[in-house]
Amino acid sequence: MGKLIDKQRVVQHMNGRLLRNNVLKFLFFLATLFGLIVLVVLLYRILTQAIGWLNLDFLNNFPSRRPENAGIKAGLVGSLWLMVIVAPVSLILGVGTAIYLEEYAKKNRFTDFIQTNISNLAGVPSIVFGLLGLTIFVRELNLGRSILAAGLTMSLLVLPVIVVAAQEAIRAVPNQLREASYGMGATKWQTIYRIVLPASIPGILTGSILALSRAIGETAPLVVLGIPTFLAYLPRGILDTFTVMPMQIYNWTSRPQADFQNVAAAGIVVLLVVLIFMNSIAIFIRNKFQKRY
Amino acid sequence: MAMTDGNRSYSVRDMIKENKKKQSGQQFVEWLMPKLLLLTATISVLTTIGILFTLLFETFVFFERVSIVEFLTSKEWLPWDEKTGSFGVAPLVTGTLLTTAIAMVVAIPIGLASAIYLSEYASEKARKILKPILEVLAGIPTIVYGFFALTFVTPLLQKIIPNLGIFNALSPGLVMGIMIIPMVASLSEDAMSSVPNSIREGALGLGSTKLEVALKVVLPAATSGIAASFMLAISRAVGETMIVAVAGGSSPVFTFDVTKSIQTLTAYIVQVTTGDAGYGTTVYYSIYAVGMTLFLFTLAMNLLAQYISRRFREEY
Repeated sequence: MGKLIDKQRVVQHMNGRLLRNNVLKFLFFLATLFGLIVLVVLLYRILTQAIGWLNLDFLNNFPSRRPENAGIKAGLVGSLWLMVIVAPVSLILGVGTAIYLEEYAKKNRFTDFIQTNISNLAGVPSIVFGLLGLTIFVRELNLGRSILAAGLTMSLLVLPVIVVAAQEAIRAVPNQLREASYGMGATKWQTIYRIVLPASIPGILTGSILALSRAIGETAPLVVLGIPTFLAYLPRGILDTFTVMPMQIYNWTSRPQADFQNVAAAGIVVLLVVLIFMNSIAIFIRNKFQKRY
Repeated sequence: MAMTDGNRSYSVRDMIKENKKKQSGQQFVEWLMPKLLLLTATISVLTTIGILFTLLFETFVFFERVSIVEFLTSKEWLPWDEKTGSFGVAPLVTGTLLTTAIAMVVAIPIGLASAIYLSEYASEKARKILKPILEVLAGIPTIVYGFFALTFVTPLLQKIIPNLGIFNALSPGLVMGIMIIPMVASLSEDAMSSVPNSIREGALGLGSTKLEVALKVVLPAATSGIAASFMLAISRAVGETMIVAVAGGSSPVFTFDVTKSIQTLTAYIVQVTTGDAGYGTTVYYSIYAVGMTLFLFTLAMNLLAQYISRRFREEY
C-alpha cells in the first residue's frame, strides 16, 4: 500500500505558510507601531525645542521682533474669542440640522440631498471655506478681518462634523423611550426636548468638543481671511481684529532666525496642551455620562 | 354645572377654553419647531451654494482677463507681473500631484497594513490601546506637522540626500502621508470589520492561515470600502494646505523632481493671501480659479468614493 499522505511534504508546505503568516503579522504590527513611533518622535522633538522658551513670560507676552520677548498671549486669548462665536453657532446649527434629519425629515429626495450635501461638505478642503469666508463675510457683509467673520467661517467648516456626531447620538436613543413619551401624552417637540435630547447630549457634546478642537487647530482658512499674525493688543469685542495660536505658530515657523523655531515649538506646546485639555473633557463626558441601552 | 374655587366659579366651558388656550400655544410650538429646524438644515445647503457661487463668479472674472485655454494648457505660472504674466495652472497641479503621490506611497501601505493588523490579528485589548493612539495622530493640527516637516524631516533627509533643498516636495509629502495613515487605517478597518465572521471561520475551517484569510477572503470582500478610503485619502492630501505651504516652498515649476522646491494649488492661495495682492488685481482673482480647480478635484474624488462604496458593496 502506497502512502496516501506524505507527511514530510505536508510539514514542509505548512511551515512555509505559517512562516509567511508570522512574518507578515510582525510587519503589520510594525506598521501599526509606526504611527506611535512618529508621534513619540514628534512630541519629543517639540518638547526639547520648547524647553527653556516655555515660561510665564511666554504666556504673558505679545508677539515681538525679538524671539526672547515673543509671547503667545494674543493668540491664546484670540483662540478663546474664536470659540465664543464658533461654539454657539456651530452647535445650534449642527444639532438643529441633526434633529431635523433624524426626527422630522421624511424619507424623500430632499432629505437625501441634504444628507449627501453634508457628507460632501465634510470633504471640501478647509482652504476653500477660507475663500468662501473671504468673499461672503469679510467683503460682501463687510465684517472685515474680525472675530465674527472668522468665527462664522470656522462654524461652517466644522458644521458637518457636529451634524454627523449629533445624528449618531440621536439615532442611538432607543425608540421605546420616544414611544413611552408619546404614550404619556407628550407632543413630538416635548418628546424631543425632554427625552431625546437629554439622552443624546453626552454623544453630542463629545462630538462637538472634538469638532471645536479642530477649529482651534485650523490655520488655512484664517490665512485666507487675512487674519494678522502680529498683533500687540487684545480684542475687546467680536468685531475687532484678532490673531490665533496656529497663525502665530505659522508666522514663527516661517521666520528665518533659528530662535524663532524654538518660539514656534513653545507655541505648539501651548496649543497641544489646550487640545489635550479639550479632548480629555470629551473623553471624560463619554465615559461618565454615556448610557448604553 | 359649575365648580367653585374660592370665590371664583369655573364652568366646564371655561376649563375647556383655558385648556384650548394652553394647547394653542403648544400647537404653535409644534408648528414652529420643524420649520426652525428645517431652516438650520438648509444652512448646510446654502454653504455649498455659497461656495459654488463665489468660486464661479470670481473665476468668471478671472477668465475675462486670462483665457481659459492659457490656464489649462500653458506650463508657466508667473502671476506676479501684470503685463508679461502667464497663468498656466499645470505647475501647481504637478506640485499638488507630486506631494499627493508621495503621501499615498506612505499612507496606503502603512494604513492598510495597520488596518489588517487591527482587524484580523490584534486582540480586543491591543485594539483598544492602539486605535486611540492612531486617532491622536489624526487630531494633531496640520501646522504642527508643517513645523515638523520643515525643522525635523527635511534636515534628516538632507543627510541622506545631500542635494535636497530646504523647501522640497519629498518632506511635506512624507509627513502628509503620516498624517493620513490614521484615516486610511480606520476607514479600511471599518470596511474589514464589517465582513462577517462566518466567512472567516469558513476559511479557517478549510485550513487557511490567518494571513490567507486576511489577504484572500477579507480583503476582497472589503475592497469597496478600502478603495473608498483611498479616494478620501487622496482628496485629503490634495486639499492639505499648511504642511505644503510651510515645507514645500513657493516655486511653481513644472517638474517631477521631488528634491526641488515646488508649489501646490493650496500653497499658492496661501502665498497670495498672506502677501498684499490688492483686491481686484488679476492675481487676486487667480486664487479663485485655483480654488475652483482644487474644489472640483476634491469633489470628484469624494463623489467617486461614495459611488464606489455604494455600487460595489458586498451585502451579507
